[in-house]
Amino acid sequence: MTEPSRSAVVVEDEPQIRRFVRTALEAEGWQVFEASTVKQGLVEAGTRRPDLIVLDLGLPDGDGVDYLRDLRGWSSVPVIVLSARSDETDKIAALDAGADDYLTKPFGVGELMARVRVALRRGLGAGEAGSPVFRFGDVEVDRVARRVLRAGEAVHLTPIEYRLLGELMANAGKVLTHRQLLKAVWGPAHVEQSHYLRVYMGNLRQKLEHNPAQPQHLVTETAVGYRLMP
Amino acid sequence: MTDSRPDPDALLEQINAQAEKAARGRLRIYFGSSAGVGKTYAMLAAAAKLHAEGLDVLAGVVETHGRAETAGQLKGLPLLPPVMLNQNGRSLPEFDLDGALQRHPALILVDELAHSNAAGSRHPKRWQDVDELLAAGIDVYSTLNVQHLESLNDVVGGITGIRVHETLPDTFFDRADEVVLVDTPADELLKRLWAGKVYLPAQAERAAANFFRKGNLMALRELALRRTADRVEDDVQAYRVNQSIAPVWKTEAALLCCIGERDAAEHVVRSAARLAQQLAVAWHAVYVETPALQRLPDAQRERILRSVKLAGELGATTAVLSAQDVPTALVAHARHHNLSKLLLGHREKPAWWRGRALSARLAELAPDVDLIEVGQGQSAPAPTLRRPAPAGDAAELPRHRHLRYLWAVAACALTTGIALLLQPYFDLANIVMLFLLAVVVVAVRCGRGPSVLSAFLNVAVFDFCFVPPQWSFGVHDAQYLLTFAVMLAVGLVTGQLTAGLRYQARVATHREGRSRALFEVARELSSVLMTEQCVEIAEAAIAREFHAQVHVFLLDANDRLQPPRSAHGVPGLDIGTAQWALDHGEAAGLGTDTLPGSAWLYLPLKAPMRTRGVLAVQPSQPRLLLVPEQRQQLDTFAVLSAIALERVHYVEVAQQATVQIESERLRNSLLSALSHDLRTPLAALYGLADTLVNATPGLPAAPREIAVALSSEARRMNAMVDNLLDMARLQSGAVQLNRQWQPLEEVVGSALAASGSALVAHRVHTALPVDLPLVQFDAVLIERVLCNLIENAAKYTPAGSRITVSARLHDADMVVSVSDEGPGLPAGREEALFEKFARGERESATPGVGLGLAICRAIVEAHGGRIWVEPADGAPPTVGARFCFTLPLGTPPAMPGAEEADAAMITS
Repeated sequence: MTEPSRSAVVVEDEPQIRRFVRTALEAEGWQVFEASTVKQGLVEAGTRRPDLIVLDLGLPDGDGVDYLRDLRGWSSVPVIVLSARSDETDKIAALDAGADDYLTKPFGVGELMARVRVALRRGLGAGEAGSPVFRFGDVEVDRVARRVLRAGEAVHLTPIEYRLLGELMANAGKVLTHRQLLKAVWGPAHVEQSHYLRVYMGNLRQKLEHNPAQPQHLVTETAVGYRLMP
Repeated sequence: MTDSRPDPDALLEQINAQAEKAARGRLRIYFGSSAGVGKTYAMLAAAAKLHAEGLDVLAGVVETHGRAETAGQLKGLPLLPPVMLNQNGRSLPEFDLDGALQRHPALILVDELAHSNAAGSRHPKRWQDVDELLAAGIDVYSTLNVQHLESLNDVVGGITGIRVHETLPDTFFDRADEVVLVDTPADELLKRLWAGKVYLPAQAERAAANFFRKGNLMALRELALRRTADRVEDDVQAYRVNQSIAPVWKTEAALLCCIGERDAAEHVVRSAARLAQQLAVAWHAVYVETPALQRLPDAQRERILRSVKLAGELGATTAVLSAQDVPTALVAHARHHNLSKLLLGHREKPAWWRGRALSARLAELAPDVDLIEVGQGQSAPAPTLRRPAPAGDAAELPRHRHLRYLWAVAACALTTGIALLLQPYFDLANIVMLFLLAVVVVAVRCGRGPSVLSAFLNVAVFDFCFVPPQWSFGVHDAQYLLTFAVMLAVGLVTGQLTAGLRYQARVATHREGRSRALFEVARELSSVLMTEQCVEIAEAAIAREFHAQVHVFLLDANDRLQPPRSAHGVPGLDIGTAQWALDHGEAAGLGTDTLPGSAWLYLPLKAPMRTRGVLAVQPSQPRLLLVPEQRQQLDTFAVLSAIALERVHYVEVAQQATVQIESERLRNSLLSALSHDLRTPLAALYGLADTLVNATPGLPAAPREIAVALSSEARRMNAMVDNLLDMARLQSGAVQLNRQWQPLEEVVGSALAASGSALVAHRVHTALPVDLPLVQFDAVLIERVLCNLIENAAKYTPAGSRITVSARLHDADMVVSVSDEGPGLPAGREEALFEKFARGERESATPGVGLGLAICRAIVEAHGGRIWVEPADGAPPTVGARFCFTLPLGTPPAMPGAEEADAAMITS
């Protein structure tokens, strides 16, 4: 079973949504603290020292993005943000401000818990650094030998493609915004040229996915960024 | 020192002139010394040649005068039918200007350039019609006889004894692009005349006796040759300036023509025009109006102003100056405009009391300026120098004037009475003072004339009643003669001075009144905020100031001129003329060159940005508009109104913008509030239902099924709310596309992933060529289009069938299609499917409100594409439907190619 010591703070002004998120987390053994405002949420995060924060972007006394900026000043706890469907710019802003993942309302218990597991794995930083070989699907990347195999056969990647893949692997499961990827691969001067990124992602999919039009691992988060699903 | 470079200003002017010329049509004038030399024939011959070469030539007006040869040439050319104008019950054929403009040929023939149009035409003169044709970019060929040239009009009159009334301004002649001289020697022409080739026999005899005398013809021929030679010289000079062979332009020798108040002014103006033309210099013409000259009778003043206008037509820069002293004003004007030659009419020696001759004064004031005195014209009538009207104010009623003389007599009688009473106590020398006082009083009260009368009367009465012997005009003591003389002189002089002052004061009052009127209108207009208010104020002010009927034509939202609301059924007000004034930016109607027969004057309301409308004025006394200061005043009113209208317009524009921004903000905040309030409970409902489904320990089967149904209904409800809100957003125009260059493949992938749960029962196939270019679109919205199409396909086709997403390039578009293997669509309903709340079948059990395709259409159209449905390739009963939409291709941004080219391969 799960360790009883894990705790989460849910910052959400809508009591019914708070309630079902709480139920879902508690079912998996989490200890849940609730907050309904930005101020209260920060206090809870400071005093409870949680392992996870679930944060709604539209709070009555302020913006979720401000909450994140404040929080990231003193904590690297994983944060999952909840947002409405049509607010892509809010999602990007939250991710750029340090959120680990997002969920679009309405969402089910299954989706929530899947994101929680991804965020938690990254938060714990377990395993990845130790193993030089990263696997997803039938692709195998040897980070030491800088070698990429697909179904046992070597795949040629250009330096940029490899850097891009490396960045995605380092944040496997997490959404990376266009801006974050461009900055990491091309440098800060190119953060506006998202078409570079899209073309290279296309190339990677051609080389690594079975059907590039229905990717299983190099997933597009429309208008937000990309995510590598191991 | 000569500088071989052309003057930059001259060059700039030349470039401007060339640009303007390029857009204008070209004018060629066939120029001859008299009728019958063959101008029309030559013109037709040239036109026929061009017509044969395929040029679009139109014969606008050609006067054959019954000459067979000429008529022969006309055959084969398309003719413009004349328009019939009704004049005094007769209908006259006249050139159809509008027809010609509408037909817009490459070249039009318009015979007899100096012709005067029948009343009711747009312009009084045919050359003005031609000017409009040229402005419209139509080339024109025309003909002209030398006697019709304005500046030579009096010279020709002197030679032939016949004054021609149809004249052409020299400026227009000089602006012609080409002048072709058609020359026939006098003998030859006479032979033709006798052969009946010029006039029909009956006319020929009369013509030969009067006009076609050999001497006349030779003189006319010389004039024509000389005028053409002058023009050719101008051309050469222009060419030399253009080519900067040498700077020969003599701007320093410019000419100033001084227009005097006498009847010979017209002759002086013509002489100046000829001289300026021979010297090839620019020239000015000014009339200096002193207070004394302002008192001239109207007829004479109008004649002077006509001379000024004539000078303008002959190419002069004209001005009417107001000054106290003529020579000073002339010299100042000459110095200011750098004019080194003054031309003035020759005058008889002035009377001794009027001071020295004008020429002497000028010579004294400006010794460096050349003075040219012109004699009196041959045909000029004897100068009728009229003294200024004695009463001063010409506008005054005669009855009123007589009354003032009566007042003068009464004043004299009263003075005499008082003097008689005082006589026992005072010396005669002091009694005289009383009479002098009376003259001053009369001068102040009644003006110049009565004061003169009073001066004489007083002397007479003084002599009769006071100087011994009393009650007789006889005088005993001769020294009283001196008293009379001094009394008369002092009376006259003080009377004149006082009356002069009084007049000046009145002029000053008028002037002040005008400025005050302007100031008041400007103040009132500066505070208005509505167009109607502005129009009302302008109309009222101008009506008050000019005793006129005033209406303002405004532009509507589509920039069409609207008849004024106040002017319903006002006779004579013509929107066509107003439109002309608006289009040409020039005044039209009464007192102008365009439709002068109209009772209304139409002034365009020109504001800095554009013309805002047209002001129509019908003054109670039309001649008021001829007076320069009145006309200036009216123009100023028009400018003030125009600026006010423009200001009000921009106030309205700013208000509209504010309202629009405000309403957009309101709509957006309303939509997002609605979206939040509807979605939050749905998200809670869905989440809570899902919690029940996944509850540990698990629920019994029946409640669990209910929980599943709850969650799926909540999700469907959410989708519907999404659709409704999206539609509202798209329709309100609140959606701003976030267009980015991206591969289609990516959005197809995310759409398929998003529709995942709907597609479990179907096979999905994608057929996207690898080399599709990037397209610019909003990924979220296009994903929505694809999701809707894919989910629709899944919804309306049987489980297990295939859904294909494909793309191809077609012309300048990328065509994306989603096809299925379903039953296909009912024929004829294809377009209706994209309407709101439409579905393939009515009352279907398949869920959905029918907004999906309407949203797709709105999104695709916002991207500049089209969306449609067609039958897929399957065979019945599974024909299938194919939904297609296009995205316009553009030029994708460059990719960093170099980095990849030299990149080393990473693996193995």
